[in-house]
Amino acid sequence: MPHAFPLFPVQASSAAPGVDQLFYFLIAVSVFFSALIFLLIFYFAIKYRRRSKDEAPPKNQVTNSIQLEVLWTVIPMVLVAVMYFWGADIFVRDARPPRNATEVFVVGKQWMWQIEHTNGKREINALHIPVDQPIKLTMTSQDVIHDFSVPAFRMKNDVLPDRYTTEWFKATRTGKFHLFCDQYCGMGHSLMRGWVYVMKPEDYERWLRSDVTGITMADQGETLYHNLGCITCHGTGKGPAFAGLYGKPVKLSDGQTVVANDAYLRESILYPTAQIVNGYSPIMPTFKGQVSEDQVLQLIAYIKSLGSTESNTGAP
Amino acid sequence: MSSPEVELPIESRVHYLNAGYGIKSWLLTTDHKRIGLMYLVSITFFFCFGGIAATLMRLNLLEPQGLLVEPETYNKLFSMHGIIMVFFFLIPSIPAVLGNFLIPMMIGARDVAFPRLNLLSWYVFMTGGLLALYAVIAGGVDTGWTFYTPLSTAYSNTHVMAAAAGVFIAGFSSILTGMNFVVTIHKMRAPGLSWFRLPLFIWAMYATSIIFILGTPVIAISLALVGLERWFHVGIFDPALGGDPLLFQHMFWFYSHPAVYVMILPSMGVISELVTAFSKKKIFGYHFIAFSSIAIAAIGFLVWGHHMFISGQSIYAGLVFSALSFAVAIPSAIKVFNWTATLYKGSISYEAPMLYALGFIGLFTIGGLTGLFLATLAVDQHVHDTYFVVAHFHYIMVGGAVMGYLGGIHYWWPKISGRLYPDGWARVAAIIIFVGFNLTFFPQFILGYLGMPRRYAVYPAEFHTLNVVSTAGASILGLGYVIPLVYLIWSMRYGPEAGPNPWHATGLEWTTASPPPTHNFEETPVVTEEPYAYDRLAEEIQVV
Repeated sequence: MPHAFPLFPVQASSAAPGVDQLFYFLIAVSVFFSALIFLLIFYFAIKYRRRSKDEAPPKNQVTNSIQLEVLWTVIPMVLVAVMYFWGADIFVRDARPPRNATEVFVVGKQWMWQIEHTNGKREINALHIPVDQPIKLTMTSQDVIHDFSVPAFRMKNDVLPDRYTTEWFKATRTGKFHLFCDQYCGMGHSLMRGWVYVMKPEDYERWLRSDVTGITMADQGETLYHNLGCITCHGTGKGPAFAGLYGKPVKLSDGQTVVANDAYLRESILYPTAQIVNGYSPIMPTFKGQVSEDQVLQLIAYIKSLGSTESNTGAP
Repeated sequence: MSSPEVELPIESRVHYLNAGYGIKSWLLTTDHKRIGLMYLVSITFFFCFGGIAATLMRLNLLEPQGLLVEPETYNKLFSMHGIIMVFFFLIPSIPAVLGNFLIPMMIGARDVAFPRLNLLSWYVFMTGGLLALYAVIAGGVDTGWTFYTPLSTAYSNTHVMAAAAGVFIAGFSSILTGMNFVVTIHKMRAPGLSWFRLPLFIWAMYATSIIFILGTPVIAISLALVGLERWFHVGIFDPALGGDPLLFQHMFWFYSHPAVYVMILPSMGVISELVTAFSKKKIFGYHFIAFSSIAIAAIGFLVWGHHMFISGQSIYAGLVFSALSFAVAIPSAIKVFNWTATLYKGSISYEAPMLYALGFIGLFTIGGLTGLFLATLAVDQHVHDTYFVVAHFHYIMVGGAVMGYLGGIHYWWPKISGRLYPDGWARVAAIIIFVGFNLTFFPQFILGYLGMPRRYAVYPAEFHTLNVVSTAGASILGLGYVIPLVYLIWSMRYGPEAGPNPWHATGLEWTTASPPPTHNFEETPVVTEEPYAYDRLAEEIQVV
């Protein structure tokens, strides 16, 4: 038998109440204008119905009015301006993760979510997070476009191949919430689902420490740093050094300055000639095809662990 | 405006339907009215096809685990439903059927400016349509109607190129039709028919034609590039080949958002005609309705990014596109208010076309207002790619565009066929469609806010009840669509003769016989007054 259903989804993040308030405002405006139009139509339809077949068409009607046209142009304009600024304000705030956010890394692929925590703990189609703590997801896809959506958090963002997108949230209640892929991604799209488990901080800590190898993402990145031979240049001065690099402005050979954030580091590993650091020659080979997306994330975690001027660079 | 003097029975008079017999007289015709009818038959066929796909989808969603088919098949069903309904039904619906039939008649011309190009456009359209059908029969396509890359170029192993080629080719028929209409409206208006004496349907078709001409080449280019990448691995959209997947979305929506206005603007034009004809009153705010069509066409080209708020597009682009999307809502609101004001102190009757018109205003109002939710950045971040979006665009495209199309077909059917259909049945069908539509799609707003993603073949159990309600509504809606098909076909043979002007409406098309002679008018009409001069009609009636 079909289930009973709620009309509104549960509010489980710091963003949810704000989005819902705006939603209620939009409903109020919509109900008002729908009711206005419907009632006017019903009223006119009954009052001015044609009473006999040969009733003469009405004469000398007013068929335009600048005052009315201005009125029903300006009032909607004011209302949509309110909607615009209200919605934009929340959206812009939600686009910038707070600096103290805990980082989690997401790789989407047909048709599963691979998630890795900085301490090296991995999970599939599940995301465990602590309550009342901002979480920043850095996401990429190994194949097509996906979308990481958690309706209870009122939050989603597309997950693209070959670039990082981010999303952040602060869960406000413990429990188990749906995780959906919202961007159609092929045959198994509707099976690319999972759960977000929001836990009390102490439970989360226990969960995080249980069956892990003790090898963090940064450790794995360090191993790659040696095995892939990065060290032969970047450890000898032939290539730019990594210590303290993360989050720092980097001057490029074309005079531009960029910030060494996740996207920059990823590009420098996979497309080394795209942005050349000032004073170095473009001799680095590409590692595209040799490292997987989660290995790139591990290398970035390693570079990050060597000290940074900024703990987060979630610039839009 | 004089009514034709001779009132011979339909059979004993030469008109466009009996001017030639045999399949050849249709396939080689350059008569805009016959071409309109050929489009009518073709798109009705495609509508049935897309409707069957929708029926199977709704049946499958009766059970959370899927009642009928595997996800793989479900994905092909919604892809074909979208491709067929958008490109082979909605986009050509009013322009190619009613536009073709009515534009020359409304402006007092013998035909469109380029009659042979007009026939060519039908052949081009059918070539595209049959290619798309081939894609279905050969095994289907599973990319959705949106063909997002790199799924469509590198990962899908279904018949993407056949479907895309069908859309590509059909696009040229839109361009030909649009060009034909623009030239016809500019150059072939009857003496005295100045721009502000044109019926508002013509203004709407003019705006639509502009979008056809300017927008369609872009979808053609995007699909051609998908082909280049899929066949020859030229890296354009697929990052693995050095491309950018968001580039495709920008190009696709640059056409496909204006395409939404291609679907709704002609319906708005139809509604302007219906509301006046059945209120027996000049339309309220003629100039505002006319210019709002042009404004919608113009601003409609600048809002495509609202499909991409959460796609990885810069948030600053999101801020601009959100503002522009709100701006495009204003001219639509102006139209709704003016239609409502037209009813004030009218002499309103409720034949079937008027029921469709009032249904349109109600459903379009809901569709338009829920569009504001999606233009609002923070709310879109929650409901994007959910059933909320599905419900919203069905309120616009089915509640709006299809209601307008059916209203128009019912209004001009006596002119097209020369005969009347049973108005009682037609009213019942209109009400069934209205009720079935709301029952199908209103629950989807709730599903969407609850978070149910679109394009899901299987879904969590808590969404079950609302999906059952939606499917129940779809069965009513489906029934509602079958009824007109039956009585309209019936009326072509058995309906009573309509006479030239059964609704006592103004407009040049009602001054000639039904069905009209091949050259539309016995002599070129001369226009001496504003459109919708129903108060002058009042004097005529009193004189008679």
